[in-house]
Amino acid sequence: MIEILIKSVFQENLALTFFLGICTFLAVSKRVETALGLGAAMIVVQSLTVPINYLIFQGLLVEGAWGWAGLPEVDLTFLKLISFIGVIAAIVQILEMSLDRYAPALHQSLGVFLPLITVNCAILGGSLFMVERRYTLPESVVYGIGSGIGWALAIVVFAAIRERLRYADVPEGLRGLGIAFIVTGLMSMGFSAFVGVTLP
Amino acid sequence: MSRKSNLHHLTAPLIDNNPVTLQMLGICSALAVTTALDTALIMSLALLTVLATASTLISLIRAHLPSSIRLVVQITIIASLVIVTDQVLRAFAYEISERLSVFVGLIVTNCIVLGRAESFAMHNPAWPSFLDGVGNGLGYGMILMVVATIRELLGSGALFGVNVLPLAVAGGWFEPLGFMLLAPSAFFIIGLLIWAIRTRRPQQVEANELVILTQEATDQP
Repeated sequence: MIEILIKSVFQENLALTFFLGICTFLAVSKRVETALGLGAAMIVVQSLTVPINYLIFQGLLVEGAWGWAGLPEVDLTFLKLISFIGVIAAIVQILEMSLDRYAPALHQSLGVFLPLITVNCAILGGSLFMVERRYTLPESVVYGIGSGIGWALAIVVFAAIRERLRYADVPEGLRGLGIAFIVTGLMSMGFSAFVGVTLP
Repeated sequence: MSRKSNLHHLTAPLIDNNPVTLQMLGICSALAVTTALDTALIMSLALLTVLATASTLISLIRAHLPSSIRLVVQITIIASLVIVTDQVLRAFAYEISERLSVFVGLIVTNCIVLGRAESFAMHNPAWPSFLDGVGNGLGYGMILMVVATIRELLGSGALFGVNVLPLAVAGGWFEPLGFMLLAPSAFFIIGLLIWAIRTRRPQQVEANELVILTQEATDQP
């Protein structure tokens, strides 16, 4: 369990080793506060969607899931992409509405980031990895939380570096997007130092 | 529309308005599949197909699409096309589709497809939308192929799996750079690629947020 957590936070960081959610990662990392907000939203959504997608996949889509209805040969796994996207969009929508109703202050700070997260590849990627690696339910809960934390950690650190970078004298052609890539590369190198870290 | 401007939709996204290096779209998948040329090629073809078809379809129905539900409809069309592509790959190129793992599925959330649908196909007729889709697909594919060529050549001394540089273990002179197969190298290569393109096309350079004062300016009394 803890191994999956550590692995998903550090060694298999979604943003830095699988390049997932890099579009948002580069676009919404100009300031640390916004990065924190997005990171928090990401952790919440990721730790909800991965287990729920697990239940949907095992309960409705996997081969033989419709056995109780007299349809043991139905295999709907090809529908997983479209149903995962639907589930993610629905969860984000529900989360946004319930935050608005019960925690308006939190909605004020997180609300703007929630729609962005629907089209973030890291969320869909997390669910797809969960299927591909055949996690069980508790494992997928841990994986959801861990990969969310990993992504949030990466974007907050990156935003902090970028804030300092504004005062740097970057060569003309490299300004903006170019240097952002180089910095991400350096961070990714830093994170690759975690490979091989195992718990006793 | 004249012939020339139609052709422009096809050629502009190649370098002048490249989806990866200038519009910052679709970077997610662009990096993960570039450790070898064959996966990069298959990925580019898959994206090209999906992008061109999705743009054409969305452009055909754009007049009948209420704007409040347009995103849902667009995502559904794109997801259906991606499922078809994924199934075709599984049927005819199983080994490569295993190596691409989740990244074909992630074309759904690839910002290029939705971005082009939203910003171009919703306002233009089918034929220019198709050309725009193909052009952006080619622009994306080109970046992928360049990155994959560098990574595979330096990382394993091969192109398309065929050995090009004689490896040291087989008695040659080339010691493969394992670093090229790891994630960070992809970031560096794209960063340097952007630098190279912007040196050739200075109008793409981003303005500096904080202008650094030169020595003369600070010395003024």
